[in-house]
Amino acid sequence: MKQNKTMQGYLLNTVVIVVLFAAFQMLTAAYGGSGSFKLVIAPCLWQCCYLIILAASLNLVLGFLGQLSLGHCGFMAIGAYTAALLSLACERSEVFKNANDPVYLVIIFACILAAGVLSALVGLLVGIPALRLKGDYLAIITLGFGMIIVNIINNLPFCGQDGLALGSASASLYKNGLGFGSKSKVTFLWVALLTTIVCMTMMFMFIRSKYGRCIRAIRDDEIAASASGINTSFYKVMTFAYSAFFAGVAGALYACANATLSTSSFAFTNGGILNSTFIVVMVVLGGMGSLTGSVVAAVVMFLVNYQIKNGAWVALLPASVQGVFQYPMLVYAILLIIIIVFRPKGIFGAYEFSLRNLPADLKASRARKAAEKAERKEAGAHV
Amino acid sequence: MSEAVKTPVLETKKLGITFGGLKAVQDFNIRIYQGELVGLIGPNGAGKTTVFNLLTGVYVPTEGTVLLNGVPLNGKKPHQFVAAGVARTFQNIRLFKQMSVIDNVKAAFTKDISYNLLDATLRTPKFWKTEKEMTEKAMDLLAICHLEDKADILASSLPYGQQRKLEIARALATDMKVLLLDEPAAGMNPTETAELLECINTIRDRFGVAILLIEHDMSLVMNVCERIQVIDYGQTIASGLPEEIANNPKVIAAYLGE
Repeated sequence: MKQNKTMQGYLLNTVVIVVLFAAFQMLTAAYGGSGSFKLVIAPCLWQCCYLIILAASLNLVLGFLGQLSLGHCGFMAIGAYTAALLSLACERSEVFKNANDPVYLVIIFACILAAGVLSALVGLLVGIPALRLKGDYLAIITLGFGMIIVNIINNLPFCGQDGLALGSASASLYKNGLGFGSKSKVTFLWVALLTTIVCMTMMFMFIRSKYGRCIRAIRDDEIAASASGINTSFYKVMTFAYSAFFAGVAGALYACANATLSTSSFAFTNGGILNSTFIVVMVVLGGMGSLTGSVVAAVVMFLVNYQIKNGAWVALLPASVQGVFQYPMLVYAILLIIIIVFRPKGIFGAYEFSLRNLPADLKASRARKAAEKAERKEAGAHV
Repeated sequence: MSEAVKTPVLETKKLGITFGGLKAVQDFNIRIYQGELVGLIGPNGAGKTTVFNLLTGVYVPTEGTVLLNGVPLNGKKPHQFVAAGVARTFQNIRLFKQMSVIDNVKAAFTKDISYNLLDATLRTPKFWKTEKEMTEKAMDLLAICHLEDKADILASSLPYGQQRKLEIARALATDMKVLLLDEPAAGMNPTETAELLECINTIRDRFGVAILLIEHDMSLVMNVCERIQVIDYGQTIASGLPEEIANNPKVIAAYLGE
């Protein structure tokens, strides 16, 4: 009975996703040629896609497993460089001729997959020693590993050292391979969307299975979890590696969306949107333990970041406020404080959006609000 | 009685642990046979919970061995102790607070679930079949502890007495041979204690498990335990039938002072 309902929900979701995806494809076909779409909307969508995957993947570790990891950008860097170098190698060995070659599509997906797998392997290697620690210690050691990864990449000779860039010695990469120009960004936008959908589905299935139960049990009480027969170290390392896999995939999408690749964009000191702490902010903002929250928060944070940097309204503000906007991290910090004060569990808490349950959820939320209001009224009457 | 030839479900031989210079438990010997209910009592700080931690692999003993059905469990990790068949509850309740009641029980099934990541991602028939079985089994266990109508609420929103019972239900889900209950009646009112007693008896009758109970509620211990072992300062000072223990001068001295 319950299972049938779940099946119905899956069917409903699949249908809606397919319809939305088709509609999106049609819109892209219709408006893809326009300048604003090519230069603004498409790049923004690419960024949103990899930020969503990144935030959701960190949520697996931070929200569901309850371990603070500050090295997530390191895994993203691995993914980005793996995908970029692989496509470069394919191009140099002339596996494909141009972007219209059908083999090219296979190569894109192969690059994305390889990026994820290599990240997961490194995640495994890092996770085995690191996850013996907890709390602050784990945060520090993952922070260190994140920096180490970025530094190693920076010093590998075949990684182009100070970046793989158009016109630099190592960079025929971006002639035909990954690192889409503005036109390809529109043509291959569906790749980013499809990857995001697949990744989110995979993470969701992970959470709603024995794995999800296990890691939430470990988060709530590790001693009780091991006393219930859960091999805590195995599931911790496994989740860490699984999360690294998606960070790698996000990195591959990043490599696709950017014309240059430089390790400084993954460095911890990076003040931009790509920063391990920034991803933590996204997860906390959306709600630790809610993939829905991560998706929404990734988009919200992207928009905030974009508006601060590019919004026309910024010029109208007094100079002192504009000065604050020079340092976006300050704005995120304030945003985080506001969220922590007013909604300590993040925007969504542990709530997951579900089309099938939406009417019931809305009803429950309305009933709760009405009850709260009535309570307040009653309390007021007593005063 | 054939007990002389039967292997005990749980047996310890000269079990001991020292923390630095402190001998927390020494020379602890106990034998528990199938279906038996044994009480472990002692004044505060006597080392009862330390014994539990030794029996569940949380602490590694500095001497002696724990045997389950005659097989030594030396060097195993806590989750391997559980897999071998030792389950426990905790003195201060340790539930998975942010999970639903039924998920608390289902989490304890993890080691018996054989589907892998691929099955879970693709939602194969094997996944559905296993999950359905697990839900049914979990509901069964919740019914034993009278929690079946609370299955979908958060564990932390259960009242105290029911949280205790949920912990027992979770321990049952590990399919154990020995159940270790650490002060299950602590903080309960008489009605709740009576309900708990009924729950413990049901478990024993239905699963035929051996139970080792730490308890301060003397009336409970004297009523339900078939044998009692008393420890003080980490050493066994008496063991035997409840009435023998109640009249043992050493035990009275340990509890009331000389």
